[in-house]
Amino acid sequence: MYETNYHRASSVEDAVRLKSSAEEGKYLAGGMTLIATMKQRLAAPGDLVDIRHIAGLKFISVTGRSVRIGAATTHYDVASSPELKAICPAICDLAHHIGDPHVRHMGTIGGSVANNDPAADYPAALLALDAVIVTNQREIGAADFFTGLFETALEEGEMIVAIAFEAPERAAYAKFRNPASRYAMTGVFVARRDSGDVRVAVTGAGADGVFRHAGMEAALAQNWSPDALSGATTDPADLLSDLHASSEYRAQLVKVMAKRAVAAA
Amino acid sequence: MAKVKMTVNGRQVGSDCEDRTLLVHFLRENLALTGTHVGCDTTQCGACVVHMDGRSVKSCTILAAQAAGSSITTIEGMAKDGELHPVQAAFKANHGLQCGFCTPGMVMTADDMIRRHGANLDEATVRAELDGNICRCTGYHNIVKSILAAAQEMRAVPQAAE
Ligand SMILES: Cc1cc2nc3c(=O)[nH]c(=O)nc-3n(C[C@H](O)[C@H](O)[C@H](O)COP(=O)(O)OP(=O)(O)OC[C@H]3O[C@@H](n4cnc5c(N)ncnc54)[C@H](O)[C@@H]3O)c2cc1C
Ligand code: FES
Ligand code: FES
Repeated sequence: MYETNYHRASSVEDAVRLKSSAEEGKYLAGGMTLIATMKQRLAAPGDLVDIRHIAGLKFISVTGRSVRIGAATTHYDVASSPELKAICPAICDLAHHIGDPHVRHMGTIGGSVANNDPAADYPAALLALDAVIVTNQREIGAADFFTGLFETALEEGEMIVAIAFEAPERAAYAKFRNPASRYAMTGVFVARRDSGDVRVAVTGAGADGVFRHAGMEAALAQNWSPDALSGATTDPADLLSDLHASSEYRAQLVKVMAKRAVAAA
Repeated sequence: MAKVKMTVNGRQVGSDCEDRTLLVHFLRENLALTGTHVGCDTTQCGACVVHMDGRSVKSCTILAAQAAGSSITTIEGMAKDGELHPVQAAFKANHGLQCGFCTPGMVMTADDMIRRHGANLDEATVRAELDGNICRCTGYHNIVKSILAAAQEMRAVPQAAE
């Protein structure tokens, strides 16, 4: 790892100030992506602004069906929250299958969302839940937030403070884990509201990162059952292909994971 | 370079290190606690697992500076008064190790999962909880056996005291 300067922020304002006074600074949350990439020398920020100790960024609040999760809340805390489990077990289940127990003890929802790894789990949930990403400056809808591989709508210095969404009546996430890395080789999050609104979001597969599957959404709006997806197709030309899986294989995984998610919802 | 202070195995410690120093190197090189191992550079093997404020973490992917002010427990802090911790004793009794390289991380992981799951810890849960720990020798069977035995032992202790 190259040299770096560590700063610990005591509040959101403090963090933004520390970051803006650094030439090439980065926010540091759980470090499960950032420290790991710095060790490989793939990232070399001159300054790190640690936001993990900001008390106001670690919370889960549930009011009626409205959910708000602080950016520095760990995957473990999301997975094991009884309030969240009562109203949206799908997101607890998703968090419980990120990485391994030690990664879940450190990694945070804000860090995962800001990083927008094409194989990360949370982006699929946020897109399907029509979540809002709350920053120190504004609120950004998930549909506008995830802009490409490792790309988001965040501006330089902008910091995520919370994630907010209305819990749908039914939801589930099905993930085909890469057996070595534990990331999603394909993951599908489905959500259905009593209003009839259906969303299907796919991660781990898209060549441009997380995406909504319009064909599946239409089929499930007509008939909310795994069978409704039998004829659904995904064009391999839009999907990733790597040593783990070809795009044709991923296209098939999208269908199978979507069916499993609907069956579990 | 800054002085980093934390509590390690119940003892207040402080030592100068660069901001980029990883917690595992701080433990091994500054504090000479070499029980915590480094087995990979991709945050995957779990040889480096310690407890930070009561939760298992990978000390190879945390800066010492991030851990400043926290309470750390390493494998050296497990045995008390010359008596092996129940998890250590179970690994010994069940042949839960061969070369022993992964063992410190396995023991710290086992203790963490036993505390979180209590009586609900079954074989499938143990195997899932070992997702972040790699062993090149044992094939895991005896590790799982050791953890289940330790869980039973640790449940039995408070009952016996009643
Ligand atoms: C072995 C291993 C397995 C993993 N498996 C999975 C998996 O299965 N699924 C999955 O989804 N992920 C997986 N991950 C990644 C993990 O979920 C990370 O925790 C997550 O991607 C990043 O969160 P963090 O809090 O650790 O962020 P950090 O690593 O601290 O930061 C990541 C990036 O986000 C920025 N950032 C952090 N917080 C904020 C904020 N509040 N506002 C703005 N920017 C911010 C940082 O500057 C940095 O660029 C795995 C990681 C490891 C090491
Ligand atoms: S050395 Fe920490 S996970 Fe391998
Ligand atoms: S006993 Fe040798 S690596 Fe596990």
